[in-house]
Amino acid sequence: MVNAWDCLRSVPDPEIPVVDVVSMGIVREVEETPESVTVTITPTYSGCPAMYEIELSIREALQSAGHTQVEVKTKIAPVWTTDWITEEAREQLRSYGIAPPERRCASGNDLKTPACTFCGSEKTRLQSEFGSTPCKALRVCLECLQPFEHFKCI
Amino acid sequence: MSLNAEIRGQLFNYLLRHADDRLVLGHRLSEWCGHGPMLEEDLALANIALDLIGQASLFYKLAAETEANGRSEDDLAFLRDSAEFRNLQLVEQPNGDFAYTIARQFFFDVYDVLFLEQLSLSTEAEISAIGAKALKEAQYHLRHTQQWMLRLGDGTEESHRRLQDAVDDLWRFTQEMFVPDELDHTLTAEVIAPDLETLRSSWQESVEQTLREATLELPEDSQYMTSGSRGGYHTEHLGYLLAEMQVMQRTHPGAAW
Ligand SMILES: [Zn+2]
Repeated sequence: MVNAWDCLRSVPDPEIPVVDVVSMGIVREVEETPESVTVTITPTYSGCPAMYEIELSIREALQSAGHTQVEVKTKIAPVWTTDWITEEAREQLRSYGIAPPERRCASGNDLKTPACTFCGSEKTRLQSEFGSTPCKALRVCLECLQPFEHFKCI
Repeated sequence: MSLNAEIRGQLFNYLLRHADDRLVLGHRLSEWCGHGPMLEEDLALANIALDLIGQASLFYKLAAETEANGRSEDDLAFLRDSAEFRNLQLVEQPNGDFAYTIARQFFFDVYDVLFLEQLSLSTEAEISAIGAKALKEAQYHLRHTQQWMLRLGDGTEESHRRLQDAVDDLWRFTQEMFVPDELDHTLTAEVIAPDLETLRSSWQESVEQTLREATLELPEDSQYMTSGSRGGYHTEHLGYLLAEMQVMQRTHPGAAW
């Protein structure tokens, strides 16, 4: 039987399918006993419409790997932060066309202008703090003039 | 939660107030969906609505658990009448023009950041968790509305006039955010809830500063100020809003998809 953490690494984020729920920091705890698995997840935003979908996918992935007793719990503290997104997932976001969030933004350090995902230029400007999903802002590159999405730092 | 029955009952009512604020304001903003003055703003208002409704759901869920009487978060949102709603009258006001929506949102967002900062210090872990979660969102909501206050206030003659009219008209709804009633006093004494009176001066200062930068006049404080929404007194607008929001659950109880 595949261990629970490895199973969860195969569950994609429904809104950004190139990254998975573990590397996005959505999965907080996994408790495995010989009989059951309990997974605790946290929403990225209060109104994240993907939570139900994520719960279903987690259940499905664990069950098809042979974990018959699965419980999924939700907790909101400590508050999710983009600092929990792994290095690998940041690269995956970038190659998918979404500028990753700046590191250590929870502490307010290291805030740089996000680089354009097309040409890499750091001359970009904020078009809108709100985009197609709660986690993304819209930016425009001042060099190649392409609009692109930026994963907001929270 | 190891609170006595009396405090639990009060806590239930307290959570409802703050859930209702968010649900009603979120619903109002969702009415802009597809009607925003530009695409970016359409998305922004829909996103803020989503955050507020998500926050409402956190408050309702905890309220339902606290009540422990078989009602679900959906029952609380969709099966209560307007006299049972405890939201501020400010948030139920119709959208009006874009300036009116922005002024309403600005007054609420300034309050909300201050309120949630304090709520996140609550001695009740589940309440402080909601405060901390919602605060992150309220902070960028405020940034957004503040920018619009400046752009519209210090914009064209027409945008300035429309925003000033909105500020003047909505001012009468702002006082009651900071007038605590018995419920607030009880929970503030238990260090569960923020002391509303202490938020007032920070709110005033912040609002005055933005209005000044936006070249807008601060309305007269002597005008009539509304009160009573936490006791279930509302303007006529809430009933219409609820009628639209609740029609599915009222017509097809328990409907799901
Ligand atoms: Zn570029």
